Amino acid sequence: MISSSMGIWNYWIVFLLMMIGLFLVIGRKNFLKKIVGLAIFQTSVFLLYITFGKITGATPPILNEALDKVYSNPLPHVLILTAIVVGVATTALGLSLVLRINSEYGSIEEDDISAQDLVDYHDEIETNKKLKSKFVK
Amino acid sequence: MTDILIKNLPILVVLCPLMMSLFLVLISNAFISWILTLLTTVLTFILSILLFQEVQTHTYISYALGNWAPPLGIEYVIDKVSIIPIIIISSISLLSTIFSYKLMPFDVGQSSISKVYSLWLLAIAGLIGLVTTGDAFNLFVFLEISSLASVALVAMGAKKDKQALVAAYNYLIIGAVGATLYVIGVGLLYSITGTLNMEDLSNKVKEIDNNRALIAGFGFMITGIMVKAAVFPLHIWLPRAYSYAPSAVSVLLAATATKASLYILARILFSIFNISDDLIIITLNYVILPLSILAMFAGTIMAIYEKDIKRLLAHSSIAQIGYITLAFSIGSNASIAAGFIHMFNHALIKGGLFMAITSIGYYLQKRITINTLSGLGRQMPITFFCFILCSLSLAGLPLTAGFISKLYLIKATISSEGIWIVFLILISSALSLIYLWKMIEVLWLHENTKKIIINENPSIYISLLIITFLNIYFGLDASLIVNNSESAANTLMGFSK
Repeated sequence: MISSSMGIWNYWIVFLLMMIGLFLVIGRKNFLKKIVGLAIFQTSVFLLYITFGKITGATPPILNEALDKVYSNPLPHVLILTAIVVGVATTALGLSLVLRINSEYGSIEEDDISAQDLVDYHDEIETNKKLKSKFVK
Repeated sequence: MTDILIKNLPILVVLCPLMMSLFLVLISNAFISWILTLLTTVLTFILSILLFQEVQTHTYISYALGNWAPPLGIEYVIDKVSIIPIIIISSISLLSTIFSYKLMPFDVGQSSISKVYSLWLLAIAGLIGLVTTGDAFNLFVFLEISSLASVALVAMGAKKDKQALVAAYNYLIIGAVGATLYVIGVGLLYSITGTLNMEDLSNKVKEIDNNRALIAGFGFMITGIMVKAAVFPLHIWLPRAYSYAPSAVSVLLAATATKASLYILARILFSIFNISDDLIIITLNYVILPLSILAMFAGTIMAIYEKDIKRLLAHSSIAQIGYITLAFSIGSNASIAAGFIHMFNHALIKGGLFMAITSIGYYLQKRITINTLSGLGRQMPITFFCFILCSLSLAGLPLTAGFISKLYLIKATISSEGIWIVFLILISSALSLIYLWKMIEVLWLHENTKKIIINENPSIYISLLIITFLNIYFGLDASLIVNNSESAANTLMGFSK
């Protein structure tokens, strides 16, 4: 009874983490917080895989000991090792991009940055207009 | 010797760019790194041609990675279907490497060239790996290799325009969410079937009906891949990423990246799952079909109102992806063949258009909007000539490759879906003439007010000429593409029976 509800409990945590992560990615305007959200989102998937692989009361899959017993599936763990590496690479690339954005724009807030881009765009239009009026003269 | 080579072709075609990309980091000379990149892409192209010949005789080549037998070990599969994206990727990467010779130093600066080429080869290796692998989880790894490398490549555009950083950041975040959704889907499928091998998955999936985890897993996988393929409402990352990337990178990405993901989409829809399944029929008719029609119109209309030329082409890519997914969503053999034909032709067309536009940007040494083009057509006859031919091909005029894909798409649509979709296809092609004409008009009919003089550079227009020639050649004699696409569609549908 307890063990079966523990199994479901894991899925609830996965669900919760997934929603928190996805909300941070979509809802936050801060570039750093988005990356944190992405990391949480990916972590929830890791937990999902680990939960699939676990059988309650099963032994670890060691050849000599687990031959005639029920043993947990080791493959999801291995897959998740790969996924963790990919996740670390994604986070590292994201953080380095945030660093560059901060040094170029002086901010990592989405609103600030799009406002700056808009200002640049209008400046360009203004200079184009001035150039045109010069040509007319 | 040749035996061993032939046997190991499926892995060599991936390893060749992958290993060279690791080696290139050590080299600091810009010219040497370009030469090595060129040699690698030539070698990859030759290997993929060998694979193509091999597939003609054997039809199905399976390679067990590390000698672990397929259902358990990772399998690399080359069949009539996956050879099409392999040929697309290897040929376009060769052409765009030639094209990048002058443009890459101009876009990213001399000092970081070799690192950029390292990423360039990594992206190519990721894309080829993506289409060769027959293992659902290995696919995710290649998906991330290619997308992380292309994010870094897009970010290299920051030397010209700092907005490239934000574009790359958005590409990274959205792409990572997409890939993670795909992994959730694979996990759910694994939890009920206990296998990751695609062929094995398709056998096991058939035995299970009406399982909720299966349906959820399918939904997650499809959504994740649709993000990567930039299918209409999930395309937000694409216009910015393509328009702020360095010139040669936009050529490479626009012609190959989404094609590989579209191939995966077809693979999931038709080979892992079964076309006669209710789940797939509902997805095709009520999700992918309406979205593709929306994409056709939304992409075209956004392109009509766009002033920035690179972004205009990116918007038109969204519309073209709509045509391909439309062809898939009809779900008959002929229409899937039409989808593959258009996949190939669109790589040629969009590659050519991006080459033409970015080389104009190089000649002018600045970012091009529609107004900066005025009257330049007479200054650069060769580039302009290629640009016109590729535009006509995009609009689907006769004697060009674009016509062939529209023809087969319409033929397949009439026989299975009815006349109203044909009308929609024709209307949206006609609309695409508006933005193409807008550019051609400015280039040719307007006055060259600023008296700009351009000297065209052979090292830039050579690959543009080749790709334009291919556009015309495959418009005149399409039998090569058509035959291969048809056998690809038959293989794909046969897989699921």
